[in-house]
Amino acid sequence: MIRNSAAEMAAKLNAGDITSVELTQLHLDRIASVDTDVHAFLYVNNEGALAQAAEVDAKRAAGEKMSPLAGVPLALKDVMTQKGVPTTCGSKILEGWRPPYDSTVVTNLKNNDIVILGKTNMDEFAMGSSTENSAYGPTHNPWDLSRIPGGSGGGSSAALAAFEAPLAIGTDTGGSIRQPAAVTGTVGVKPTYGGVSRFGLVAFSSSLDQAGPCARTVLDAALLHEAIAGHDPKDSTSINAPVPQVVAAAKSGDVKGMKIGVVKELNGDGYQSGVRTRFEESLELLAAAGAEIVEVSAPNFEYALAAYYLIAPSECSSNLARFDAMRYGLRVGDIDGASAESVMNLTREVGFGREVKRRIILGTYALSSGYYDAYYGSAQKVRTLITQDFNKAFEKCDVMVSPTCPTTAFKIGEKSNDPIAMYLNDIATIPVNMAGIGGMSLPAGLAPEDSLPVGFQIMAPAMKDERMYLVGAALEAALLSKWGAPLLSQIPALAGK
Amino acid sequence: MTSLSRDDVANLARLARIEMSDEELVNLSNEFTVILDAVARVQEVAGADVEPTSHPLPLRNVFRPDVVVASLTPEEALSGAPAQEESRFRVPQILGEE
Repeated sequence: MIRNSAAEMAAKLNAGDITSVELTQLHLDRIASVDTDVHAFLYVNNEGALAQAAEVDAKRAAGEKMSPLAGVPLALKDVMTQKGVPTTCGSKILEGWRPPYDSTVVTNLKNNDIVILGKTNMDEFAMGSSTENSAYGPTHNPWDLSRIPGGSGGGSSAALAAFEAPLAIGTDTGGSIRQPAAVTGTVGVKPTYGGVSRFGLVAFSSSLDQAGPCARTVLDAALLHEAIAGHDPKDSTSINAPVPQVVAAAKSGDVKGMKIGVVKELNGDGYQSGVRTRFEESLELLAAAGAEIVEVSAPNFEYALAAYYLIAPSECSSNLARFDAMRYGLRVGDIDGASAESVMNLTREVGFGREVKRRIILGTYALSSGYYDAYYGSAQKVRTLITQDFNKAFEKCDVMVSPTCPTTAFKIGEKSNDPIAMYLNDIATIPVNMAGIGGMSLPAGLAPEDSLPVGFQIMAPAMKDERMYLVGAALEAALLSKWGAPLLSQIPALAGK
Repeated sequence: MTSLSRDDVANLARLARIEMSDEELVNLSNEFTVILDAVARVQEVAGADVEPTSHPLPLRNVFRPDVVVASLTPEEALSGAPAQEESRFRVPQILGEE
């Protein structure tokens, strides 16, 4: 049962084959069995999840009209507030904090009767590509426990691949939904910026952050996308327009006549051979399904990484100023006569990890007088150039595609002392955030040389999110008929307890 | 090649309100030489004729109706406070002594 898709689970709930309490308990049992090895969860809300499931069962029994995913369990990235449930963002500075309010994403999940199992591990404040920067220890990739599950949302992607949850929420600032999806053989979608409310999402880089759905199938991601998306008066940057019809697109999967643009600059040198093999094969399958494959060029994408590592740290140095030890979270050094400034200094020294400090200092530098134009100002100009590259390319195609990541999952510890090597993981995912458009990663198979998952990325113009689901569904169907079973059926069994 | 000395980093850490050990300052100073070289590439294409983009959405002055809605109770607002006194956040000394 736990290996079913969320849509299949929903159908069984509707048919009365299983209750939400039973389904939730199966997942809690799975977490209890395998999560000591995987460490996808920072907090498992056993009582809360079962209580919510019981309410859903009661509504269903009373004959109420149920939403499409009602009663299906979900794992929530620990960057989202949920009232009364610990929210740490993978940081010591928020250890033990229980927010007094729900994020809008959580409100939407609850309104759709989606059962929240608990909070998943992440790089501290979503800064990282491996989940190794969590103050609570790394998450392990269920395909190979010695490898990273991607980041920053490695807990959410690992929970899906380990069958601990059929659905999860991620957030994507530079690839934190798509890269974990790629390296775990799961599906992750970064909607158009503003498509999903950021209210209650602990801010890292506000002009880039976007929450989105994580799942094991394209249709499941679409169902979750429609459940969480929509305008929110509490987020002034949320788009006041109808939600793209992503479920209909995921059910159709018709790509006949669609033009798919292969980004010349996101392929070739620096991409692992097995990643390229699977990418080329996916292109052939899409062509066979009736799409037209064209080449497009985005010459400024090569500057995206540099611009990102100025814009994101700059915004984070401002956003993380709120962790000042005054109103919530950790407070250190509050002895008689200590000044507020000394308490802040000591609290932030102890509360923040190495990568967070590195980025705050970098952002402080990039924004400081005398350097602002050379660094932050120039990075903002690169952002314009990248958006222009996308606009020009979308004149020639309906969606753009690339491998999601240059390589498959690397070993835990392999890159943790080399920030530049770590940042290179995000080379293909960052341009999407810079332009504020949508991006999806779905599994394209295993790299022949290491038998690890490869991700296929689809990028669509702003508010045309349904196009990603059309192409994703077409490719997923073609690959499924080739493999005969979903990719995750090949994942090695976890020993469990 | 841009570089930041240990003292430059110490000054930034002071501005960012983060206490740092000497070892951390030296490490960051070394790392920044590499990182700044990598990010300085943005200057290659950021010509004077290119407009900056600060945000993906061209939004200006977003308003919502001015309606009173439920807010946090004092107890809820103080629920995460490291210290409190008389329904207020208790904070360390902010002003100098006299």
